[in-house]
Amino acid sequence: MENNQKGFAGFLKRHWLVILTGLVIGAAAVVLTALGNPKNMGFCIACFERDIAGSLKFHTTGVVQYFRPEIVGIVLGAMIISMIKKEWRPQGGSSPITRFFIGMFVMIGGLVFLGCPLRMVIRIGGGDLNALVGLLGFIVGIVIGTFPLRFGFSLNRAYKQSKAEGLILPSVLVVLFILSLIPELFAKSTEGPGSQHAPWITAILIAIVVGALCQRSRLCMAGGIRDAVMFKDFHLIYGFIAIIVAVLIGNLFTHGLKFSFADQPIAHTDGLFNFLGMVLVGWGSVLLGGCPLRQLVLAGEGNSDSALTVLGFIAGAAVSHNFGLASSAKGIGAGPVIWVLIAGFVFLLVLSIFNTKRRA
Amino acid sequence: MLDVRGLNCPMPVLAVQREVKANKPETLEVLADHMTAVQNITRFGNSQGYHVEYRENDDGDFVITLSK
Repeated sequence: MENNQKGFAGFLKRHWLVILTGLVIGAAAVVLTALGNPKNMGFCIACFERDIAGSLKFHTTGVVQYFRPEIVGIVLGAMIISMIKKEWRPQGGSSPITRFFIGMFVMIGGLVFLGCPLRMVIRIGGGDLNALVGLLGFIVGIVIGTFPLRFGFSLNRAYKQSKAEGLILPSVLVVLFILSLIPELFAKSTEGPGSQHAPWITAILIAIVVGALCQRSRLCMAGGIRDAVMFKDFHLIYGFIAIIVAVLIGNLFTHGLKFSFADQPIAHTDGLFNFLGMVLVGWGSVLLGGCPLRQLVLAGEGNSDSALTVLGFIAGAAVSHNFGLASSAKGIGAGPVIWVLIAGFVFLLVLSIFNTKRRA
Repeated sequence: MLDVRGLNCPMPVLAVQREVKANKPETLEVLADHMTAVQNITRFGNSQGYHVEYRENDDGDFVITLSK
């Protein structure tokens, strides 16, 4: 499987799949936005899991409650393609409760910024300069997270599990998705971002394709920067860049591009909190071994640790909205945001120390 | 043989990097259990001048061989 071919042809041969995945995700975000999803949020794992938490009434913020089919589609797409390619392997047992709480803090940080790393990239492609501040924080968080990795940090090994263990989260998501189609069973926003959505059939089909491509290409927002920093391996970064390019071009052809800090869709201009929120996301994602998108894909591949991390994201979203930690377009939440962010940093620092076996 | 089964990214490639840095082996065998690790180790091995091959064993794991 070596490929040392030089030049542009060699570059494409090595990286075409991750670039294609990035382009498809970017295009999907633009299309889903055109079909009804919130602007600059065509595809946001944090926001959509937050909306799912709302639809299940884990929080009661009326403007962000909708059972997003995209989350189900990504997991299903990854599961189907990994089964076809014989890469579906139920695994788990690698510090599950630790991962759950890291997931909670990653979500809390993401909702301070208002987006996961994927939405951060989509926001950059939409001209939202606040997302560049978020990117800076994300990079800083990843760099911080690479230090414990270099010194031997590990959440320990996962082991083979039963097929049922790998199937539970995808199955529950499918059942909940079907139930969500029954009118008035789940909460559903009538105004705000939660009320804006593409038709469910289009959303889930697009997400299945995206999930399958992400599984094959291993695209990961955190992994791209981490690998560049640690191994000078830029493979995943090309996918990251491809998303920005696709969204930029897509926005030019649809609702236009506006580069600014102020008046961007579902974003605030508090630079310090945009930065700190994404530091928490970057650091936590590195310790988890992947960004929120990657956790969904791994959960689809049968990884129950990632499945539990996804539940941690959903719990984190509920905590964020129930205790005034989540930001809105008006600014940061009314709750003790700075203290919870500090608690998150302390938690990750303690974990980094306790899970690092110093190597000679 | 370096056993990186059950380790999430980037631990498998990090373990290989440590081994290569510390001992500069002419050949190195690694046991992995997912394709992401195989691909990452292959890219890293190639970048360090190793020829990399892999095969699936009877348990469904991957034996990756790096050689100069």
